[in-house]
Amino acid sequence: MAEYVGVNPIPTFHVEAACASSGVGVRVGWSMVQAGLHGVVAVIGFQKMTELDAAEVQDVMSRSGDVMWESPFGPTMPAYYAMHARAHMNKYGTTEEQFALVSIKNHKYGAKNPYAMFQKELSLEDVLKSRVVASPLKLYDCCANADGAACIILASGERARKITASPIWISGLGLASSPMSLTSRSEFASFECSVQAARQAYKMAKVTARDIDVAEVHDSFTSAEVINYEDLGFCRKGEGGKFIENGETYIGGKIPVNVDGGLLAKGHPVGATGAAHIISIAKQLRNEAGPNQVPNAKVGLAHNIGGIGMYAVCTVLSAK
Amino acid sequence: MSFEQFGWVSYASNTRVSKFVDYLQEGRIYATKCNECGQVEFPPRAHCIRCLSTNFEWKELLGDCTLITYTKVDAAPSVFRDQAPYTLGLAEFSEGPKVFAWIDKSITEAEVAIGMKLKLITTELPNRRVSYLLTKAKEP
Repeated sequence: MAEYVGVNPIPTFHVEAACASSGVGVRVGWSMVQAGLHGVVAVIGFQKMTELDAAEVQDVMSRSGDVMWESPFGPTMPAYYAMHARAHMNKYGTTEEQFALVSIKNHKYGAKNPYAMFQKELSLEDVLKSRVVASPLKLYDCCANADGAACIILASGERARKITASPIWISGLGLASSPMSLTSRSEFASFECSVQAARQAYKMAKVTARDIDVAEVHDSFTSAEVINYEDLGFCRKGEGGKFIENGETYIGGKIPVNVDGGLLAKGHPVGATGAAHIISIAKQLRNEAGPNQVPNAKVGLAHNIGGIGMYAVCTVLSAK
Repeated sequence: MSFEQFGWVSYASNTRVSKFVDYLQEGRIYATKCNECGQVEFPPRAHCIRCLSTNFEWKELLGDCTLITYTKVDAAPSVFRDQAPYTLGLAEFSEGPKVFAWIDKSITEAEVAIGMKLKLITTELPNRRVSYLLTKAKEP
């Protein structure tokens, strides 16, 4: 990247946290600006996936969990999330229909987002009748592999005000990890790292979940979004299914979530997603989200999960 | 025996716990037990997760398992294409540790249910490979 843009010999390095890479990149960039080490930092998330076919990508992803003890049994990313979905259904009575409602919402908003990979609305029947990938998750419960890139420029407040009339502030950061191996975890209807990351970010930003006007959460799978509602404190544990059913995460509901289409409609270019979430929220806070604008958005949350819930990164942004 | 012979395909070859595979060949499932703090770990670990001691011994797991969650995989990685569909299960031994493995294909989709009692058995695979499998626990 640095070579192509012609900026050698400026310092450059790679941050790796699976699907949370650029979200973590922003945390690292923020730290360097805070430390006074650099004045302006570009965090660039990017991923090119469509040069491999879906099967080849699946092969790589089946080795992104516990390679020693789990990969010999042929897990896939959908399979891992499906096991969490199943646990949530068993613990709280969540249904496949409730998970499907997430896909319908995100495709509805994606249809109005020119950057989304899929710009077609879906019906409940479309989702429920799509082919099973890993039960209970079906094709339209899953995000697609995609190509994408996102760039965020970070600077101190003083420097930022000289560059733009509408800087967006990073007011809270959170990052937490969970064991990679499922056998080392104790909870499967929740991603503990999300709970911890959100807690840290809210605390730093001096807000609660109730203060968030708009959110971008990790919807690699419909069931993940439902679980995210609970983990991020938008609703109580176990009530995620009811929350989407009551329309609370549409514009006009308690907390609009993924109203740019989410990963389900946009596609999931793994390395770019973290930064892309933050950019979606920044656009909302700048009133630049067009037909998907949440009125009066002042505080937003960007949430990212890496892999099968090994990392969770949360960033609270404010228009202040 | 080398860890390269574990499972349908193995992605680890050098490991301090490769004795585990020798035990599998004998038809036995072993965990590691820390001699410093008593922590029992399955899958086996060469370093205790609690105190990081490398002073461990092998302890056979004999109990039944309870199914925690599962999924039936239809879209499988290419190496597993011919085996699909298969059901992945996560189960908990009565002794405490958990295991991630296939559920025996002889158990029908309708029979698989969270909370059901299963038994982890060793299996022989083609080309002298070994693995383990969750199958129905014997009726008491």
